[in-house]
Amino acid sequence: MEGLEVLHGGTFTTIQDLGRKGYQQFGMPTAGAMDITSFRLANRLVENDDGQACLEITYIGLRLATIRNLTIAVTGGDLMPTVNGSPLPMWQTVYIPKDSEIAFTGVRNGIRSYLAVAGGIQVPEIMESKSTYIRGGIGGLEGRPLKKGDRIHIGPQRPGVPLRRVKENLIPRYGEKWKARVVMGPQDDCFTKRGIETFLSSEYTVTPQSDRMGYRLQGPVIQHRTKGADIISDATCLGSVQVPGHGLPILLLADRQTTGGYPKIATAISVDVYDLGQAKPGDKIQFSPVTVVEAHEIREEHKRRMKGIIEPLP
Amino acid sequence: MYRRTRYLPAGDEGLVIEFGNEIHRAVHHRVYAMARAVEEAVIEGIVEIIPSYRSILITYDPSMVSFQRLKDEMTRIAENPSHTEIPEHRRVEIPTCYGGEYGPDLDFVANHHGLSPEEVIRIHASQEYLVYMLGFTPGFPYLGGNLEKIAIPRLKTPKVRVPAGSVGIAGNQTGIYPIESPGGWRIIGRTPLALFDPLRPPYFLLAAGDLVRFVPIEKERYMDLLSHGRS
Repeated sequence: MEGLEVLHGGTFTTIQDLGRKGYQQFGMPTAGAMDITSFRLANRLVENDDGQACLEITYIGLRLATIRNLTIAVTGGDLMPTVNGSPLPMWQTVYIPKDSEIAFTGVRNGIRSYLAVAGGIQVPEIMESKSTYIRGGIGGLEGRPLKKGDRIHIGPQRPGVPLRRVKENLIPRYGEKWKARVVMGPQDDCFTKRGIETFLSSEYTVTPQSDRMGYRLQGPVIQHRTKGADIISDATCLGSVQVPGHGLPILLLADRQTTGGYPKIATAISVDVYDLGQAKPGDKIQFSPVTVVEAHEIREEHKRRMKGIIEPLP
Repeated sequence: MYRRTRYLPAGDEGLVIEFGNEIHRAVHHRVYAMARAVEEAVIEGIVEIIPSYRSILITYDPSMVSFQRLKDEMTRIAENPSHTEIPEHRRVEIPTCYGGEYGPDLDFVANHHGLSPEEVIRIHASQEYLVYMLGFTPGFPYLGGNLEKIAIPRLKTPKVRVPAGSVGIAGNQTGIYPIESPGGWRIIGRTPLALFDPLRPPYFLLAAGDLVRFVPIEKERYMDLLSHGRS
């Protein structure tokens, strides 16, 4: 049933879920939410199953009208959401009466908000996913960003979704400096010792030429070994840090091409890649190396933290 | 081909199995055979198996399988001699209308080599190509064959819009554009077949390891096949 009408699409709003898995071998990018951590929390706050489609709202301007009473949660970057002009509390379940207006009015921190609606956003699944893949023009609403006049369908809502919130002290804080832990390789042997030192000791700035495909970074040039700037194309990963001939790194993200011909000096670990979904142009990233075993410990620790992160609203 | 297969971590969810550092059929046969063997082994925790020219990326869920266990399992499979045999290849014919509006660069390629357009078509359509991998856009096949006689540098400035189905040459490679996209390859023909159809499983016409042959067709046949869609 219809639940939301788009009054203004905003800068860039798409429907995303956990992505399209299983088709990378055919060259199909996964797409999916950039900040999976916030995405998952939004769904949990409205008691949706893991991976129900949400709105991924980038930057400002989205305005929505509620066509019926809805239970929602907004997580991720603080894009100063309002309901009927009053601040809309984030990181908690909120009941919104029908004929209300939800708006995203500015950027306090981060750059992407996730709006989950109890019952989940309903669009046809394309290749088993609702995620919008813009370059391929598939998924979400007709494979494109939302625009004025779109009407968004919502699945049946479970009765009596309780009001809950993310514990105050566990709400992610997004600043302008980011730490990205990386496992070195798979092609770190294409770089000189000095190149690797440069990569690990410098700050890199997110440039405006950054999108869901990847972040182009600006900073000290990373030195390749002779003939190191091109490799035989192979598969890319979420979080791959590839370094083309110009020596500036590109962090590959949700909409990345599945294969690439530039050497990958390192691969950022998934929980940090999710957080980096909130990095915006001008922000600085510092890379630091971890082993695979350490990366898996970090991952387990993150999972433990997520388990007890939600509490009833007092 | 490496004497020792390399196992490289790719972050906390990826393992790269690298067999060599060249574009060569022998290397790809190892990739292809291994990808098949891993698929058949059905190992818990593996999410995707992504073969490319000389390596395979395995993505996995570390809460289900550790890196070390996955690496051990992969080593066991890689060292099993029955998994180094070349599996059967699927053969796929790609009807292609060469030249004219569908292959605007055919004459350029011919002139570049002092050949007639017909000779270029004959060379392009007289061999079997191996699908080394798919990438760039959904369903785009990187095809390996012997194209020295008609090899051509890619465009310095890529075209903004290359229509779906376009068959192109770049350097010694040939490929097919599954969806309309920008592209820097010289376009010599077009196929009416859909290489990618997101609404109809199995969604993709080709897979890595397939053997592909281009079959020249006339415009009439092109229109006919186009209107019937993918069979």
